[in-house]
Amino acid sequence: MTNCVLIQGGRVVDPSQGLDEVTDLLVDGGKITKIGKNLKPNGAQVLSAKGKVVSPGFMDLHVHLRTPGQEHKETVLTGSRAAVRGGFTTICTMANTDPVVDSANVIEFLKAENAKAGLINLLPYGAVTMGLKGEDLTEMGELRAAGAAGFSDDGMPVESAGMMRRALEYSRMTGLPVISHCEEKTLSGHGVVHEGLTAARLGLAGIPSEAETVMVARDLLLAEATGGRLHLAHLSTACGVELVRAAKKRGVRVTAEVTPHHLALSEEALSTYDSRFKMNPPLRTQKDLEALREGLKDGTIDAVATDHAPHSAAEKEAGLAQAPFGVVGLETAVSVLLTELVHRGIIPLGTLIEALTCRPAKVLGVNRGTLAVGAPADVTVLDLEAEWAVETAGFASKSANTPFTGWRLKGKVTDVLAGGREIYRSGQFTNGGT
Amino acid sequence: MIWRRKDLLGLEELSKDEISLLLDQAEAFKEVSLRPIKKVPALRGRTVALCFLEPSTRTRASFELAAKRLSADLLSFQGSSSSIAKGESVLDTARNIEAMRVDVLVLRHSTSGAAAQVARGVKCSVVNAGDGSHEHPTQGLVDLYTIKEKKGRIEGLNVLIVGDILHSRVARSDLWGLTKMGAKVTLCGPPTLVPPAMEGLGAKISYRLEEALPQADVVIALRLQLERQQEKYIPSFREYTRAYGLDRAKLERAKPELIVMHPGPVNRGVELSPEVADGPQSVILDQVTNGIAVRMAALYLVAGAHQDSPEVISRSEATRDLTAENEISHPPGAGSK
Repeated sequence: MTNCVLIQGGRVVDPSQGLDEVTDLLVDGGKITKIGKNLKPNGAQVLSAKGKVVSPGFMDLHVHLRTPGQEHKETVLTGSRAAVRGGFTTICTMANTDPVVDSANVIEFLKAENAKAGLINLLPYGAVTMGLKGEDLTEMGELRAAGAAGFSDDGMPVESAGMMRRALEYSRMTGLPVISHCEEKTLSGHGVVHEGLTAARLGLAGIPSEAETVMVARDLLLAEATGGRLHLAHLSTACGVELVRAAKKRGVRVTAEVTPHHLALSEEALSTYDSRFKMNPPLRTQKDLEALREGLKDGTIDAVATDHAPHSAAEKEAGLAQAPFGVVGLETAVSVLLTELVHRGIIPLGTLIEALTCRPAKVLGVNRGTLAVGAPADVTVLDLEAEWAVETAGFASKSANTPFTGWRLKGKVTDVLAGGREIYRSGQFTNGGT
Repeated sequence: MIWRRKDLLGLEELSKDEISLLLDQAEAFKEVSLRPIKKVPALRGRTVALCFLEPSTRTRASFELAAKRLSADLLSFQGSSSSIAKGESVLDTARNIEAMRVDVLVLRHSTSGAAAQVARGVKCSVVNAGDGSHEHPTQGLVDLYTIKEKKGRIEGLNVLIVGDILHSRVARSDLWGLTKMGAKVTLCGPPTLVPPAMEGLGAKISYRLEEALPQADVVIALRLQLERQQEKYIPSFREYTRAYGLDRAKLERAKPELIVMHPGPVNRGVELSPEVADGPQSVILDQVTNGIAVRMAALYLVAGAHQDSPEVISRSEATRDLTAENEISHPPGAGSK
């Protein structure tokens, strides 16, 4: 059911059209139908956005919904609700489920689950190789026809350079990117945290920066040689950013993403052996963090993506060495980045919104992340000044493994429209959203 | 200076004064072990649990004797079974032990950070008896005590630690303790086993023993675990011994008053040649003897027994001679914590 909504008096920030002004926005039939000052309601439901920012709905290129196979950690419904609370109206889901998303019927299953959840737009990725084993390519043509938005073995690197070459070549028939989880396993070994001062202090096995950068360099060279579309997941190192910057200058068809936690935290966070700070790639140094911020600012890094990775409390409580890698991110992403980057003047609001909207849309070549007239009416309204404390009890996600528990954040998602439907209003799900 | 910590988890978090307090307390207890009746009532009525979830002979025996010589009641757990050795259950194990009204839990675990994790989850005191590659604070204190005993001071000495620094909890505790007490520490070993980041913790790094040894006043050799060769950190034990094993020929280039230490157990012929391990410069057995006094001090202080008679570190009470008593009638630590 769609309806007619007039979003009134907000500061509309839409980098896809170079728009940043106080104006009105009319939504009808699931689409943006008009932008302009002093629009008349004419029977439309009015949503006052006075004093707030109106943005295109956010898009997250990197989400683990754990479905099928690990529904105790997250389901399509709980993950979608977490996304909405974070202002995301499009999420792209990774293929490392059980079964792996390496056949059309798993994609059909996810689409059906998402239709049941009925909240937001879900773009599933297909695997690069069958069972993520790195041995045989998936039927990328069929996966694309079923709805795959890209290909990734995320969670596992494609270890063989020869296989990665084939994937980058073959995927060209689909026009979709290959998303690389850059990790040279013989360098990361049994590491649990970044190999640096903190690992040396705490007596923990380290994951050196080169576990990432060796693979980044390899994949950039292969993308350059094959002309394939490469997207690099969760960059974490200064050197990785530099390699991407140089490759883009050469015209390599590459895009890259960074997570909110790698933009906000560094290895010192591990000092208390708290597994809520354990993820792969690990939190790196202050120097890496600054290079990632710079890369996001200058466009070397295209998108912010959460790498939302839910895990049950029991697993995460096992202690730092035994706990699984990964943190949840959907419900805190924009607020953390507003607090840490925008309010502190490190990146402009427009750049953050760009990295959450039109830039990720461009990575996958989809018509989202814009408020252009005629586009699907995915809209996120933000109160930049609202302060709140992160409490996992209020999470919509099934999992609570966030590194930001207890943080006081400034900036909050208040309203969300997806496909023209108001699903979240004044910080609450509407009837249409449940 | 009064001890105010619930736990002893590592030397990194301790101040110089706290380390001095532990060493002074150990000094007071050392004499107890020289008596015919090696027992004081300092922890009478208190219960100490030894929870060793990783194989250990020497450290466990040392803690056991320390607790017994303080008249504590003793409970001993050994986690040979794999279920208990896993991180999942260590906190549950500790909580179960605590539920038996134990005052001090001494924990050995193969995972770095295990002691801190348990200490956060229980109200009783926790003494870290070695957690993974992180810290082994009582061994670090033993080394400090022994150096002070043999050299008369710690400040200004050059201490050389040789071996597998990467995986060594002893090296980390020694490094923290020694630098806080004013010694200069050099870490030496094959580059694969000496993380460069350790320089950021205040140590000098050397890959050549023959260059580092002549300046040393103290050398601490570490045990080389057999698995390091399978893990490709070193090509062979033969080459390791040639480059980093201490033998008489290498010691000829060292100061004559150099002392040689080792936390044990020694791989004879690997990190130490027999003539060095048993030679006049070796103080390895003194370390073992001192271990009991140091662990008595650690148990006594974390148990809070000293708080019943503050300002006394306390020869008069804590080390009261029982030789003349058949019954322990006036335990100084009888009050509640």
